[in-house]
Amino acid sequence: MSLHNNPSEAKAYTRRQFLHNGALFASAALSVPTFLQGTAHALPRPLAGLSSISGVNEDRVLVVVQLSGGNDGLNTVVPFRDDLYRRARPTIAIAPESVHELSKNGRNGAGDMGLHPSMTGVRELYDEGMCAVVQSVGYPNPNRSHFASMDIWHTADESGTGEGWLGRYVDSQCCGYGKGESGQAEDGAPFQPPISIGRTMPLALQGREMMPLSFESPQLYRWTGDSSEDLSLAHEQLLGRHAETTGDHHDETPASFLVRTALDARVSSETIRDAVSKQSLVRYPGTGFARQLSMVASMIRAGLGTRVYYVSLGGFDTHAGQGGAQGQHARLLAQFSDAIRAFYRDLQAQGNDGRVLTTCFSEFGRRVSQNASNGTDHGTAAPMFLFGPMVNAGVHGSNPNLRDLDNGDLKFRADFRQVYAEVLDSWLATNSADVLERKYKHLRLLNA
Amino acid sequence: MTASLHAHTQPARDLLDPLPDDQFGYAQARHLLWRAGFGATDIQIRALVDLGPKRAVSMVVDYEDVPTESDEHDQFDKNIMRPLTQAEQLARRQASQRRDEDTLSRFRAMRQQAQRADRTQMRELQKWWLTRMIQTARPLEEKLTLFWHGHFATSYRSVEDSFHLYQQNRLFRGSAMSYPNLLRGIIRDPAMLRYLNNNQNRKAKPNENLAREIMELFSLGEGNYTEGDIKNGARALTGYTYRDDAFFFRQDQHDTGPKQILGARGNMDGDAFVNAILRHRACASYMAHRLYRYFVADIPIDPERAPGIHKAAVRKLGDQLRREEYDLKPWLTTLFRSRHFYSDAVMGQKIKSPVELAVGAIRSLGVPTRDLSTIVRSLEGMGQNLFYPPSVKGWDGGRMWINTSTLFMRQNLLMYLISGQLPQQNRRARTDTTFDPRQALPMLFDPDGKTDDAEVAGRLLELAFGTRDPQAVRVLADSAASNGGVQANKVLPGLLILITSMPEYQLC
Repeated sequence: MSLHNNPSEAKAYTRRQFLHNGALFASAALSVPTFLQGTAHALPRPLAGLSSISGVNEDRVLVVVQLSGGNDGLNTVVPFRDDLYRRARPTIAIAPESVHELSKNGRNGAGDMGLHPSMTGVRELYDEGMCAVVQSVGYPNPNRSHFASMDIWHTADESGTGEGWLGRYVDSQCCGYGKGESGQAEDGAPFQPPISIGRTMPLALQGREMMPLSFESPQLYRWTGDSSEDLSLAHEQLLGRHAETTGDHHDETPASFLVRTALDARVSSETIRDAVSKQSLVRYPGTGFARQLSMVASMIRAGLGTRVYYVSLGGFDTHAGQGGAQGQHARLLAQFSDAIRAFYRDLQAQGNDGRVLTTCFSEFGRRVSQNASNGTDHGTAAPMFLFGPMVNAGVHGSNPNLRDLDNGDLKFRADFRQVYAEVLDSWLATNSADVLERKYKHLRLLNA
Repeated sequence: MTASLHAHTQPARDLLDPLPDDQFGYAQARHLLWRAGFGATDIQIRALVDLGPKRAVSMVVDYEDVPTESDEHDQFDKNIMRPLTQAEQLARRQASQRRDEDTLSRFRAMRQQAQRADRTQMRELQKWWLTRMIQTARPLEEKLTLFWHGHFATSYRSVEDSFHLYQQNRLFRGSAMSYPNLLRGIIRDPAMLRYLNNNQNRKAKPNENLAREIMELFSLGEGNYTEGDIKNGARALTGYTYRDDAFFFRQDQHDTGPKQILGARGNMDGDAFVNAILRHRACASYMAHRLYRYFVADIPIDPERAPGIHKAAVRKLGDQLRREEYDLKPWLTTLFRSRHFYSDAVMGQKIKSPVELAVGAIRSLGVPTRDLSTIVRSLEGMGQNLFYPPSVKGWDGGRMWINTSTLFMRQNLLMYLISGQLPQQNRRARTDTTFDPRQALPMLFDPDGKTDDAEVAGRLLELAFGTRDPQAVRVLADSAASNGGVQANKVLPGLLILITSMPEYQLC
């Protein structure tokens, strides 16, 4: 089958696109579709350790873990010595003797806090100096709607509107968000789009310029038509008609937006499926959440060059029958904690643990007092977790004060944007004020 | 004098002026059938072209004249989630007092069994509606029902009563053209009252959830009401609850004191609240914007950020809706006949929702429906699970439908509909039906059977896009030729697979 529409011209143009504006075809550098293969040798295959950002001497990765539904912070990092805690939660409080006490580890600020008994995995990481807990994280005028509060965390904006905070970060790296000019690093591989594992694309990753990739299951992350060579070839010729139309993202038409997404999907499909098909170096628990993290570890191992990954675990909306040391919430925390431990063991086996910072949040904590259904309702401030050998291990910030409540809710003592700012400045080596629109005081969570 | 002077100058063309008859061709008729419905076959498009724009629009909009199957009220079981009888409630209370765990666990088991049965019925309801959209002779009726479902978004996740959602679906269909009736109906709708907790809205302890969302999302939009309006609106809705499957007004829980809402005063109840909303200037503008985003263009949620031409059109359509007193029939007629509706800024520029994609493919290509459960699951994967909108805001729509993952799902759904092939390990569906486009699309072929590959490719592209791109024709004709020509087995399904996998197939 021949390409009638002057193939040499199309290829020349595509090649130019690749070399001069790789960011637009960001994921195209992962693997190259057949119709572009003539240019493949011109591209360095992204490898671990190859950075596109000047001033950052290694490829640093950020993994964001979202606990959806509003994780009960008080039963996660437990103020187990506090009588008010036990009184507020007669049937669901965690007994002092069962918690993993955080005060004995010689880390700063732990005081009287303990981890939920099912969090042995996180406790191990904590003892090894790979876990930081930030207490009482929230924001002013807390919103108790799942959707509204999630939007606030995702946009880092108190009205919950605008682009996602990581979308803005990625734009600033790939396409000059706030710099007024589209472009990419002079040398090195083009910046890779963030990857989200799951069905929906988190708002946090949505920017103006670079489109994140997302997939739920690698088996479904492909076009079925590719099982036929004839269809595959003709499909690429049809896509190839558009090589010249996918240039500028500003005011792009719906058609070019779709072409761009289709190209991103196509060129990332094989690479991602290859990467996650490899056997992990360690055994992961058999949960869906662990599977997500094992896929992230595999992609890191395969040298995809992606800097931001997003995974999530749902079910934390424990209004009824929450349980205490055992039960619904305990099972969720065990899933979370066991998977995180396996993830870092895998990264250690790969030698990549030093490159990977993981942050973990939920849209809000829950009310201090339990409700009539042995559960807890939507609340406010809650702890955040950071994992990785680069964290300043220990408990940071102010422990929740049950004597000083706001209408039965915990007061926030640290703004979540302080954590974002430090991650951006210290880990991702960018200027957080460009992304967050103002400066936030660091909490010294990272030794980076 | 002035009048005669004006007669000589070209009258300013209004966006809403009707499209001249001679500009209503295949592409325009196709466009109308996609936007006001779920696409159409080649034969249907040609029939509409022959009618001309005026009669074509009337045929689409005046659907009450089209006979339809009667809506059998008893096809779903309304008793699955019935509340406990008084005798049962008493028995449970007594068991609870004497800590009779056996009896209590029997009640719990009964409840769990009912919930399982109801979830099964919910899946049946999803398939029932999908089938209705695929088969209906009144596509606009279902299209409007789907609009209202997204507008007054209510999810089974917290309603947990499939029959209530069925009733709500009937409300949307029955009053699809009358927004005032829907607003009055929604404050009495058991599913909505449950979803936004108005069953907990009592005189002594008002719950503002429904009052707030009515103004913020269902009628006025943010910035057009005050916190005081919300507080008083909530008071007007106190006592609006339901018993079993019907609206129930709890007089003893209703706040009869004086209220002031959106400038109206008095001892206002829910209807008075609704009337104050309908009189508010922002209401018609807000609703025109919402309808515009559904029927015309993927413009931003914030109307101020819409491109100029769309902003102007929305403003005019808002005035029109106010003049028509929210009657959608004349309003949609004006819209669907307007020049603007057929302009380059509108045609082929809107991203199909997952439902539009699936139902539209089946209706326009004549592909078999295959397995409804597979399609329902696929819709969920593409982000539009019927009866489960993600929040009270409904579906965002537009580009939010599309990411790398959902795009593969969209292409693979079409592959499945055309070929029966499922994405999982190249498995073929068990209930496999062969699809012969020569039967489904007879108009595409010349009667002598000696049809040119390029001509067939061109006609297929026209059916899918309203236009034929010469480059695409060449690729498709080459592909057909290298496999023995369009008359050969499986070549036509292959062409359809290629066309529906083109990124622009996601547009309508």
